[in-house]
Amino acid sequence: MRVMVIVKANESSEKGVMPPAELFEAMGKYNEELARAGVLLAADGLHPSSRGVRVHFSGTTRTVTDGPFAETKELIAGYWLWEVRSMEEAIEWVRRCPNPHVGDSDIEIRPIFSAEEFEALMRGHFGSKA
Amino acid sequence: MARDLHRTIDTVWRMESARIIGAIARRVRDVGLAEELAQDALVAALEHWPKDGIPDNPGAWLMATAKNRALDRLRQLNLHHAKQQELGADADARGDHVVPDFVDSLDDADDIGDDLLRLVFTACHPVLSREAQVALTLKLLAGMSTAEIARAFLQPEPTIAQRIVRAKRTLVSANVPFEVPRGEALQDRLAAVLEVVYLIFNEGYSATAGDDWTRPALCEEALRLARILAQLSPGTAEVLGLVALMEIQASRMHARLDAEGKPILLMAQDRGRWDQLLIGRGLAALAHAEQLGDEPGPYQLQAAIAACHARARTPEATDWDRIVALYGELMTCLPSPVVELNRAVAVSMASGPAAALLLVDGLVTDGHLARYHLLHAARGDLLARLDRHAEARTEFERAAAMTANEREKALLFERARDARSR
Repeated sequence: MRVMVIVKANESSEKGVMPPAELFEAMGKYNEELARAGVLLAADGLHPSSRGVRVHFSGTTRTVTDGPFAETKELIAGYWLWEVRSMEEAIEWVRRCPNPHVGDSDIEIRPIFSAEEFEALMRGHFGSKA
Repeated sequence: MARDLHRTIDTVWRMESARIIGAIARRVRDVGLAEELAQDALVAALEHWPKDGIPDNPGAWLMATAKNRALDRLRQLNLHHAKQQELGADADARGDHVVPDFVDSLDDADDIGDDLLRLVFTACHPVLSREAQVALTLKLLAGMSTAEIARAFLQPEPTIAQRIVRAKRTLVSANVPFEVPRGEALQDRLAAVLEVVYLIFNEGYSATAGDDWTRPALCEEALRLARILAQLSPGTAEVLGLVALMEIQASRMHARLDAEGKPILLMAQDRGRWDQLLIGRGLAALAHAEQLGDEPGPYQLQAAIAACHARARTPEATDWDRIVALYGELMTCLPSPVVELNRAVAVSMASGPAAALLLVDGLVTDGHLARYHLLHAARGDLLARLDRHAEARTEFERAAAMTANEREKALLFERARDARSR
């Protein structure tokens, strides 16, 4: 199964504070371990939300707002895409991750819809028409 | 709660077993015994963790416990038989308390990688049959249970269990060293490893919709193994070639069957359903292999052909000239009439059916593929494109008679009917 592992933002990541060299190194080692286990598919770190924009949809109107955005804990600072055998395996891998930020951090694991699940969903949605 | 704990233990085992078996096998020089000792560590975890809680580093705990068991075993082997039995009983009486030595477990990452490579080369050793290599690789490297392997290969569990036991015995009696082969032997041995991995992949890839989940899971296990191998031997073009080939093939996994489970030909697939993440990974692995600059081997060439399709946004955009050239190269390093047939089909797309028919007629004369239905199906297709419909019909009917696959048979009869109505 494929999962997206989301590193939530915190105050220091939103301020653009660069993590200390040790953390950089620890994270590099961790990524290497993920790759060596054949788990890592993709990974990216994101700029703080001050460099992002948000497009709000309301009916047919779209409103563009520049960052930064206030709800720090709801924002994301980076993500991985992993191929794992189970959610438990993803949890085990996340446990082994160094704390990604200075201060407290949260990492969220979300299973990605597989093609089969997506098709089943579409069939359910459109009934016998599909 | 207890169920969660067991799932955690199970997960950690699947993640760690290959490294543990590898590290222990280096010490005891016997993969069968190493697996047994690693299993002992798993049993110890099932006993201790529910009482003491899950350790902070469960992988290291299992590794340290297995190493201690190995040490005990090595000591035992050096003692007199009677003494050995006494010690065994004593250990049981003590409850055999495990004190993991965490310093010992801080193995260098390269050591672990080397142990895994040794393990894969041992599991795919030429003293074993191909079937045994496959079963042992899934058991030792992928951490699959005997029951899972049996389900995936649609075989009774005792058959697989016996195959694995025999394979381990064969390795011991043949005195197979636990090592990565060197020099000239390496090329052949590596080819065997890659063949086993690709075989596992294809077993999963050939699964049809609605099959037991363990069959498609074989694709994931094979891809995982190939990705691990590529990490462990980054300078080996054929490993990267195989990774690239499998990533690109896997990218089409969900586009290759229709809602009824009937196969959809490559040219007719909805390219929007190809997995772009896997295509990107496949193309990157191929580029890496090509940068190494070695003479391309069969996997790299097949990956390059797959890449031509993956890069084409529409079927019309396919670079058929390049595919023809790549099949030509493949013919020199892996000469086979099936490759030549594929080359002929590519020629028909690049230069038209008349040029391809000459090649296919050559194959018909040659006779090696006389009973191969796809040769006749391809010839029928070329004849139909040349408006020689009566001959095309005969070829399609001949091809239909040769295949046992009902879906293919129906498709070929349909084409024969179409040719008749022209």
